[in-house]
Amino acid sequence: MQSLALMATNEGGFTPPTISDTHLPEIFPWMAEWGTGFGKNMLMAILSVIIIYLFFMWAIRKRSLVPSRLQWAAEAGYGFVRNTIAKDILGEKHFAKWVPFLFAIFFFVLVNNLFGAIPLLQMPTFSHAGPAYLMAAIVYFTWIGVGVQKYGPRYFKLAVVPAGVPKAVLPLLIPLEIISNFIVRPVTHSLRLMAVMLAGHMIVMLAGSGAEFLIGQQESLLMNATGVLVLIGFIALYFLELLMMVLQAFVFALLTAIYLQGAIEADAH
Amino acid sequence: MEMGERMIRAQLLQAAAEDANPLVPNPWEILASAVGFAALLFVVVKFIAPAFEKAYQDRRQAIEGGLHEAEKAQAEAEAMKAEYEKNLSEARAEASRLREEARAEGAEIVAEHKEKAAAEAARITEQAQQHIAAERASAAHSLQAEVGTLATQLASRIVGEALEDDTRSQRVVDRFLADLDADQSAQAGQTGAAQ
Repeated sequence: MQSLALMATNEGGFTPPTISDTHLPEIFPWMAEWGTGFGKNMLMAILSVIIIYLFFMWAIRKRSLVPSRLQWAAEAGYGFVRNTIAKDILGEKHFAKWVPFLFAIFFFVLVNNLFGAIPLLQMPTFSHAGPAYLMAAIVYFTWIGVGVQKYGPRYFKLAVVPAGVPKAVLPLLIPLEIISNFIVRPVTHSLRLMAVMLAGHMIVMLAGSGAEFLIGQQESLLMNATGVLVLIGFIALYFLELLMMVLQAFVFALLTAIYLQGAIEADAH
Repeated sequence: MEMGERMIRAQLLQAAAEDANPLVPNPWEILASAVGFAALLFVVVKFIAPAFEKAYQDRRQAIEGGLHEAEKAQAEAEAMKAEYEKNLSEARAEASRLREEARAEGAEIVAEHKEKAAAEAARITEQAQQHIAAERASAAHSLQAEVGTLATQLASRIVGEALEDDTRSQRVVDRFLADLDADQSAQAGQTGAAQ
């Protein structure tokens, strides 16, 4: 693809957007030599915190028994994390303590994803690897910490030695369990989110630059009409992307709950 | 073939060098996200989650309290209704008892009055009869005396001699009266037969 694109560039035709285009110029040049400086994504990560805080605190400020529409919506959001993610996965006994953590994870990922669907902001924070690695790392060290706190060093044995398996198979299974639980798990946890968000953002950029190229730079009316078709087709993709944003936030929080549950009830496995 | 492959690889390498690797994180972004998430986790733990949990608990209590109160009110209403019905049936029984009593009393009064009236009537009748008998007796008595005197005077005039002798005159009067009586009763007998 790249070679074709480059060839096309050489001929002076359409230039598709590249990964580099997702890295916008830094706003402040601090530490720019390490990579990109302080940029849009970082502002948006902090903006999301302010939005979540203001929305939920404003919605619940009256704590009325008969909720207003806004309070009802906020309570539905909180209740979703509390009941569907925390209570159903962690169980009645353990869930209450983890509701704030799961709530923060779910809404942090959700709002940052939805930034990708809002004009002007139009950039899912997690389409960059850094925030996705960070979130996965927080979850990774949290569930390992929970397991060690509860079972001590024995936790690692519980986590990698499956119960009820013939001893002969163990030399084969233990390395597999180590790889799957302690190496692959955080990688997939972060990359799943990052890849879906990046792909969604690339689609937006592709549709934008394609429409711009077809409508703005071509003389032929047929080409201009095709550009309009691109935009119409993009509407469907926009809604698909919207679904993906919500779904990825849900999946990320759900997996967090599942990993925590695995650590809390390690001796039951 | 080999040439072509090498060319493509070279181009890919060139592209990779030009293009950013999406797997390489930007430390600034990690730092910004970490600060943001830490702040979010803090406000969620400190403010948001307790506020929502409290609203949830308050509502739960209000609903449970409301249900409890409604149950209490219903029980009270049922007790009141039972009491009211009991009172009503008691009042009905009382009313019918009073009616029955009044009826009995009325009948008694009427009977008493009838009896009294009958007694009074009997008394009046008896009195009247006694009165009549007495009047009649006194009339007969005075008549007897007067008739004697008159007859004597009459007889003395007719006879022309003074009947001075009391004994004789008394005897004459008595005989006359006896005759008169006999006459009268004979006449009465005749009148009764004629009637």
